[in-house]
Amino acid sequence: MSVKDKVIEIIAEQAVLDPSDVTMQSTLEGLGIDSLGLVESIFAIEEAFDISVPFNANDPSESDFDISSVASIVAGIEKLIADQS
Amino acid sequence: MKRVVITGAGTINALGHNVPETLEAMREGRCGIGALDVRDVDRLAIKIGGQVHGFESEGLFNRQQIALYDRFTQFALVAAREAIGQAGLSFSGDLAARCGVVLGTSGGGMQTLDENYRTVYEDGKNRVHPFVVPKLMNNAAASHVSMEFNLKGPSFTVATACASSNHAMSQAFQLVRSGAAPVMITGGTESMLCFGGIKAWEGLRVMSKDACRPFSANRNGMVQGEGAGVFVFEDYDHAHARGADILAEVVGFAMTSDASDIVMPSKQGAARAIAGALNDGRINPEDVGYINAHGTGTAANDKTECAAVADVFGQHADELMISSTKSMHGHLIGGTGAVELLACIMALRDGVIAPTIGYEEPDPECALDVVPNEAREAKIDVALSNAFAFGGLNAVMALRKV
Repeated sequence: MSVKDKVIEIIAEQAVLDPSDVTMQSTLEGLGIDSLGLVESIFAIEEAFDISVPFNANDPSESDFDISSVASIVAGIEKLIADQS
Repeated sequence: MKRVVITGAGTINALGHNVPETLEAMREGRCGIGALDVRDVDRLAIKIGGQVHGFESEGLFNRQQIALYDRFTQFALVAAREAIGQAGLSFSGDLAARCGVVLGTSGGGMQTLDENYRTVYEDGKNRVHPFVVPKLMNNAAASHVSMEFNLKGPSFTVATACASSNHAMSQAFQLVRSGAAPVMITGGTESMLCFGGIKAWEGLRVMSKDACRPFSANRNGMVQGEGAGVFVFEDYDHAHARGADILAEVVGFAMTSDASDIVMPSKQGAARAIAGALNDGRINPEDVGYINAHGTGTAANDKTECAAVADVFGQHADELMISSTKSMHGHLIGGTGAVELLACIMALRDGVIAPTIGYEEPDPECALDVVPNEAREAKIDVALSNAFAFGGLNAVMALRKV
């Protein structure tokens, strides 16, 4: 499974949606994922890819990890996998 | 209804091993937060905390007691000894039968849990020490205080996360105000600075890796602390009759539930608790000179708390002072409201307002007088202490100068 497909699967599960309803352009807010859902998604991503995601819920915009869309999350994870492998 | 006064105070926390040391540190704006000294700290992402250093159990308790007391119980006993010593009370006969102890704690014997989970899960042992349950139970601290001081009346433990101490003190206040007990020992204690206790908080991603900077625009989360605060709440007539030194009067309290989210705070829930405490104490909002904020240093709490204060006080919100001493001693979770009540007593009694240290950048969403970085002298008559817990459970106390 590609990074993109796995991330979409994790986010879809968190949003209680079918993976086909989650696109690269989707935002977490648009999918109805709240702050706890976000922290839970990041935990699932860390577990799935065995990486550590630098994310502080106090200031998501300043964390070194862009969560503005599914595409940016996928890109961020691909970089972290490359950096941390 | 009886008037309720505070006739004794005790504490141990990252700022000091007693009340005078703690108040001196608050006056000087000293930071008790530093590098954590706990087992396996290299496996933690968060490596700072408001830890109690130089605490030697050996001089304070005998060998049998040390085997039976978790660190959170030891903290409670040290604070209770100071408070009851200051009040000059001893409990026997009818007085003992009517007086009790209500303490707040969130985690109870976390050190005991952590150590013994290691024993069975990590070390693979199949046997644990026989005192594990009596050490870790949440009511252990309250029970040992009752035993040491012969308190035979209403005694229990309150666990409402970060509001535990304020809820506990509210119960003690009610018991004395109603006439059910002439004296109640109350406050809170916590010792969660162990590998498991910190690791659990890390998971929520709300912890700061460098400092607790409440209300500052560049704040980036909370920092855990540990310790205890214990007070003697006494019927005014009882205290007056024996010529006791009165530190402050407890005049009102209120508790509310947000009934909305398990972690995100609600402005309405906080505002209802603050307004409720004023109402309960028949306090004019304009008489409130100081609020010891919940002020955790998280993005969510601080702006919500400031908005709630602005809602309740209107224009007066710009005139009162509000500070978070968590910037100095960290967040003691279930013990925090008790240690923070000391700042309210200092404000009323000594006319010194404890600062919010670590304050670097104004935040337009926290545009109140947060007493940045340096303590201030001011004469005030009424002080509030806010506590807003995860789970949306809020408890606010109001103290008046005597």
